[in-house]
Amino acid sequence: MITASRDSRGIVLEGVAVDTPLRVQPVDALALQERAARLVSRSVKRESKVAGLELSVRCVDLTTLEGADTPGKVRAMCARALRPDPDDLSLHPVAAVCVYGALVAEARDAVAGSPVKVASVAGAFPSGQSHLHERLEEIRRAVDDGAHEVDIVLNRGALLSGRLDVVHDEIAAAKQAVGHAHLKTILETGELGSYEMVRLASMIAMAAGSDVIKTSTGKLPVSATPPVALCMSEAIRDFGEQTGRVVGLKLAGGVRTAKQALGYLALVAETLGTDWLTPDRFRFGASTLLNDLVLQLRFQRTGRYPRPGDLPVD
Amino acid sequence: MTTTPHDDTATANLARTFADYAPSIEGRDIVAIRPRYGLMIDGEERDARDGAVFSTIEPANGEHIAEVAEGAAADVDDAVAAARRAYETVWRDMPGRTRAKYLFRMARLLQDRSREFAVLETIDGGKPIRESRDVDVPLAAAHLFYHAGWADKLEYAVPGMTGRPIGVVGQITPWNFPLLMVAWKIAPALACGNTVVLKPAETTPLTALLLAELAAEAGLPPGVLNVVTGAGATGAALAAHPGVDKVAFTGSTEVGKAIRRATAERGTRLTLELGGKGAHVVFDDAALDQAVEGIVDGIFFNQGHVCCAGSRLLVQEGIADELLDRLRRRIELLRVGDPLDKNTDVGAINSHAQLERIRGFVDEARDDGAQVHQSTRALPGKGFYFPPTIVTGLGGSEAICREEVFGPVLAVQTFRTEAEAVARANATRYGLSAGVWTEKGSRILWMSQRLRAGVVWANSFNRFDPASPFGGLRESGFGREGGRQGLQEYLTLSPVTA
Repeated sequence: MITASRDSRGIVLEGVAVDTPLRVQPVDALALQERAARLVSRSVKRESKVAGLELSVRCVDLTTLEGADTPGKVRAMCARALRPDPDDLSLHPVAAVCVYGALVAEARDAVAGSPVKVASVAGAFPSGQSHLHERLEEIRRAVDDGAHEVDIVLNRGALLSGRLDVVHDEIAAAKQAVGHAHLKTILETGELGSYEMVRLASMIAMAAGSDVIKTSTGKLPVSATPPVALCMSEAIRDFGEQTGRVVGLKLAGGVRTAKQALGYLALVAETLGTDWLTPDRFRFGASTLLNDLVLQLRFQRTGRYPRPGDLPVD
Repeated sequence: MTTTPHDDTATANLARTFADYAPSIEGRDIVAIRPRYGLMIDGEERDARDGAVFSTIEPANGEHIAEVAEGAAADVDDAVAAARRAYETVWRDMPGRTRAKYLFRMARLLQDRSREFAVLETIDGGKPIRESRDVDVPLAAAHLFYHAGWADKLEYAVPGMTGRPIGVVGQITPWNFPLLMVAWKIAPALACGNTVVLKPAETTPLTALLLAELAAEAGLPPGVLNVVTGAGATGAALAAHPGVDKVAFTGSTEVGKAIRRATAERGTRLTLELGGKGAHVVFDDAALDQAVEGIVDGIFFNQGHVCCAGSRLLVQEGIADELLDRLRRRIELLRVGDPLDKNTDVGAINSHAQLERIRGFVDEARDDGAQVHQSTRALPGKGFYFPPTIVTGLGGSEAICREEVFGPVLAVQTFRTEAEAVARANATRYGLSAGVWTEKGSRILWMSQRLRAGVVWANSFNRFDPASPFGGLRESGFGREGGRQGLQEYLTLSPVTA
């Protein structure tokens, strides 16, 4: 059980996951936004651009989270995950496919034998507003069905009402429930109200054992943004320095273009280091992004943009 | 989340190739640089009377760019006479709204040709293209727009007073923001109905000359803006000229003092914007990551060639180690190199002489036992470059803590209490800028009331806006540029009578 309190230096967490109290840095919003804007406007050209595009493909969690999802839709998406460009089979598959719990088994079959992982949202996604035992049951079921990774949502209600221990303990319980699978905790930053809250939520989620912290569900108008990505990257860096543990970052929602993706790679590389530019530590949760990456890669290879319809859809 | 060893290597290679950022060089072709430039007097370009020229050098590679006419006293005479003529026959009595049209036109033309100006500024001065493109040129245009807006509203600039132009203004500008400082100077002068003789810095004359060309394109009447290029002697001739009614100078404190002596004899009006030794004061509750960015921008922006640079860091003892760790890590990320590369963070030192001066300060500090930490990234083989540098272990009496280095060198000291922070920050002969980093609003107010500086930034640094007056205290000079306060420096004020 953790206790959370405030002292003159900010919010201190005394948790089960770390030996020493975690310090949560204050955040100055304007300066954060400015730094983020500068990082994502790096001018990425030529071989760096090609490398960044290929790297981005490798880091995609190709996602479908719709009420209208069907086994057929999931199979089509998995086919695209395995062969992002049917005309260039040398292009590496994406990192993972991400689906609702009911479709995990379907996805698992479709990507069997490939390096592509199956990720499942679970735990009353996207609101998280159900009883803990139901959420944990959903998580366990996703893992039983074959999910390698489980994307859960942080309890924003508890966070915004100051019950930091509840936030922490629920994530810790989810971490137990996923067993050997990876736990990715969605902060839903669009509901947190301030960058300071994003930083606090990041620290709690990491202290509670998350393997990855993730920006958003993709169900809100505001999802991943450069300042939020920077804020979370800085939290990951601080947490690593204070505890020695490596935590990954997943940006989800709103990343639609290759240009955005390259900007985020620059932001992560210059904040966390190039060690973070690997699917083990960095993901884009996206659907339309993948085709733009493929399109830009084809342009780099052939000097021409493909016609609409040349690229697969799912 | 594991991948096969083969994929790990491939991914790591991709990551490295990506993060090395292949060169992304802004093209030089947008600007046509001529082999030779003359003086701009009375709307005509001409050689110096004695035919003297000097060479302007590209700091990025040390190579000659162009020959520029070196004006002497006789040329200054011509320029002042032309300015006087234009003042008395055209500009003084022109309605403000008509003067405004010329300034608006210049501002728009500058925006239209922004890339050309940015590239030329970077070639001639060595600053990163990102800065000349995103800061220098847009701000220069903003100053022209802002002051154009005042030209027909001068009667409202100072409540209870009415203003008339002063006459012929001699303006001497520095090499650190060659175009921007020219815009700061000429925009209010021209808006208020004065005519100008401008002497730009000798290492960076080209954008001032291009701006004079642009003024002609905007139809500015001959003689309203004259440019006499040259070095110190040219500037001295201008400052001491009996036909000049006001002198405005931005540059070193040493030269500023000489100009003050020269102008004192005649009562010529004077404003001076001189050196500085600005302090960042970082309290232990500050947002550290953003403070780091502010400190980096405060001292490494424009290679530290900034009069209001935050060249001193005063950090509260409890967080000194943590802040310095973050700063040391951060300067490793700064990309020092070709100023025309869009990803360059720190460009070339403006001149060989300045490079030697910076080196001298750092060597002296090292010899005195201070710890010198520098970025380990390789510097380009030719041209004038100096690595981002942090100096610690200082007491405060060392030259590097007291003198203006005007380079990418940060001198670090610690403090314990607010009172001590104020005392240390104010222990300087300068008084241009300061920055306070704290999450506590009341402390920002308390500090800003006590810091002796013309501008105090809170949780930010190096912010400029044409509507905000800028200037110094003590040996940083006097007079303000920008805002209504800046307009007053170019007007002769008298009370409104009923």
